[in-house]
Amino acid sequence: MATAAKEQPDALEAFRSEVQDWLAANFPASLKGKGGAMTSPYGADSAGPEGTAWRKALGGKGWGTPTWPKAYGGGGLSKAHAAILNQEMARIGAWNPIGGMGILMFGPTLLEYGSEEQKLRHMPAICTADIRWCQGYSEPGAGSDLASLQTFAEDKGDHYIVNGQKTWTSGGQWADWCFALVRTDKSKKHEGITFLLIDMKSPGVSVKPIQMISGMSPFCETFFDNVKVPKENRVGEEGQGWTIGKRLLQHERTNISGGGGRMAAAMAQGLVATAKEALGTDAQGRIADPELRARIAKFEMDWRTFLLTTQRITQESKAAGGVSEVSSILKTVGTKLVQERSELLIEITGLQGLGWEGEGFSDAELAATRGWLSGKATTIYGGSTEIQNNVIAKRILGMLDHQ
Amino acid sequence: MAVLSEEQTMLRDMAREWTTNESPVTAFRKFRDLAPACGYDANAFKTMAEMGWAGIVIPEKFGGSDFGWLSLGLVLEETAKTLTASPLASSALAASALVLGSSDAAKATWLPRLASGEVVGTLAIDEGPRHNPAAIATTATKSGDGWTLSGTKAFVHEAHGAALFIVAAQTPDGVGVFAVPADLAGLGLATRKLTDSRSHANVTLANVKVGADAYLGGSDLLDRLLDRARIVTAAEMLGLAEHSFGVTLDYLKQRVQFGQILATFQALQHRMAELFTRIELMRTDVEAALAALDSSTDVPAMASLAKATANDTLHLVSREVIQLHGGIGMTDEYFIAFYIKRARVLENAWGSSTFHRDRYASLAGY
Repeated sequence: MATAAKEQPDALEAFRSEVQDWLAANFPASLKGKGGAMTSPYGADSAGPEGTAWRKALGGKGWGTPTWPKAYGGGGLSKAHAAILNQEMARIGAWNPIGGMGILMFGPTLLEYGSEEQKLRHMPAICTADIRWCQGYSEPGAGSDLASLQTFAEDKGDHYIVNGQKTWTSGGQWADWCFALVRTDKSKKHEGITFLLIDMKSPGVSVKPIQMISGMSPFCETFFDNVKVPKENRVGEEGQGWTIGKRLLQHERTNISGGGGRMAAAMAQGLVATAKEALGTDAQGRIADPELRARIAKFEMDWRTFLLTTQRITQESKAAGGVSEVSSILKTVGTKLVQERSELLIEITGLQGLGWEGEGFSDAELAATRGWLSGKATTIYGGSTEIQNNVIAKRILGMLDHQ
Repeated sequence: MAVLSEEQTMLRDMAREWTTNESPVTAFRKFRDLAPACGYDANAFKTMAEMGWAGIVIPEKFGGSDFGWLSLGLVLEETAKTLTASPLASSALAASALVLGSSDAAKATWLPRLASGEVVGTLAIDEGPRHNPAAIATTATKSGDGWTLSGTKAFVHEAHGAALFIVAAQTPDGVGVFAVPADLAGLGLATRKLTDSRSHANVTLANVKVGADAYLGGSDLLDRLLDRARIVTAAEMLGLAEHSFGVTLDYLKQRVQFGQILATFQALQHRMAELFTRIELMRTDVEAALAALDSSTDVPAMASLAKATANDTLHLVSREVIQLHGGIGMTDEYFIAFYIKRARVLENAWGSSTFHRDRYASLAGY
């Protein structure tokens, strides 16, 4: 035992120096602190040729998805090794250039439900982010009631012919492939749904960006007009799509609450500082407007409660060896708080906090305005707050299905 | 639910089993109607002490188990669920004043008797109906080797059964905390009956003389005591919120109107989902604050966080459970309104939400 316990840290330290050497050779110093590129639809490539080279280097090594299996393009690392990789990257200001829907949502699902051929075909390009994926779930008539979707895939022997319209396709105008829920059986609701992978370059696919209230167009309408999809691109069996699609939504919900968490954690320090500057302080250093001060304190306390709750749920899940049922509250609580913070910030800064474009506003102020508006979507997508409350009432509280 | 040790899980399960079987809400009703002079359910507290609960935050060398604040919180949460009228929290807080204080004589005199449950102690800090530890006017003047205390403490919880009061008073060098036996000359009680049917009294100190050993510490000690009071009160409030919510959920699942079980109405489902969410957040803060006491980490901010969250959450829950019950919730024959009557007392004890938001902001430098 003593020897094993001694050897393991040595092995980890050897890995650490391997990582240090590799990063020194491959991470361009000019990219330090430019991780913000990942919020662009073009990801790392928006940071120029060096960004592309960095994406191909880290992705090629599998370290953009360090714990995914090596056979499919991942790093094959243990959690302990992946933690060292993260630490070393953070230490030198390196950032992960591998992102997007392929990583956050589709990859984990394909690993779970895909055939061996599908995993070998699609996973490596997800791990290098060479191929970008979009999600074809919602339709004009199927939002919260997703299972009522109508896009139909007609069986033509070795392929399907797909007709219909998807909406809220994130990044649809830039995507190479789409993972979509389609109907293969009109006589059943949930059991009539099938999970298909559709090449966006197929004849008959067209996309139209939707301009949002924030002024941005992160979503598209996607039209399928007699699109031919080979049956080898079906994940799972016909009728299994709802089960697979729901699993994927769990990844989405985790990412929305966590993503919102990361965003607001980065901003949280700014709220008090901004308020002190905009409102002034009294002799004791208190924010001069007592009512706003109390509401800022309430927000900061609620936010701390939320962060402590995510910690608690993580610890409990580890101890119990499964996801705690309480995790269902995180999405509603986290998204509501992030929205509250945006509104509070506007109240603190007044009209200066509503700048749309042009002179007289800092980049941070303009970004906050757009973030306030686009943030309204977080309580709607990924299962709206009302849907989450249905889930809590039904699954956790055991209240019967409403009529 | 926090990740508990095996011993803590056993303690919590034992408390749950005991309150369910031996101290249900009907026991509280009986206590209320009998209104014993000591102000608490003496038989229940005797059994609780026999199970070792009175000594949970008292060191082993004084007869306690030194089991920690999270453990005490688990027991208080369970006993609060059925409204058990015990002085467990008050007595533990008085004991912690002695444990944290500087008087070895006071420790030796009182701690073994508090740990065994032979006597009850309580805190006598506030002097008005609202929590305001900055406004202590009771005086402590040096007289010979000891002190003379004069002033009035308001709404002292468990005053009728207490053998020991922990009193805050102004000394020439600032606030001091004193251990004051209840049987001293000049100490008098005036009952203040509140909605919760529990023991509350104004305690008058008219030139009460105590020895030098009665001095336990200064304003630091007072702050630490108050944070403990806020946190254990929040633990009790968690039990009230959880149980009244659970009772209401059961009721909605069996009550039929318009030919339908109430639980199937979406308007009610969403209100219950909201309450469930809020109670889970409350549980996070209460458990984190109890754990903060055990690890001595960031206690003042965590105390204010836990008490403010507990206040706001229990306030909402205690209102909603009556509304969701409908007319039956307004009757004394049914028990759900016992919870709001206790809830408001605890909300106002040791700091309202506005008090704690102000304090949290000040602690954070804004």
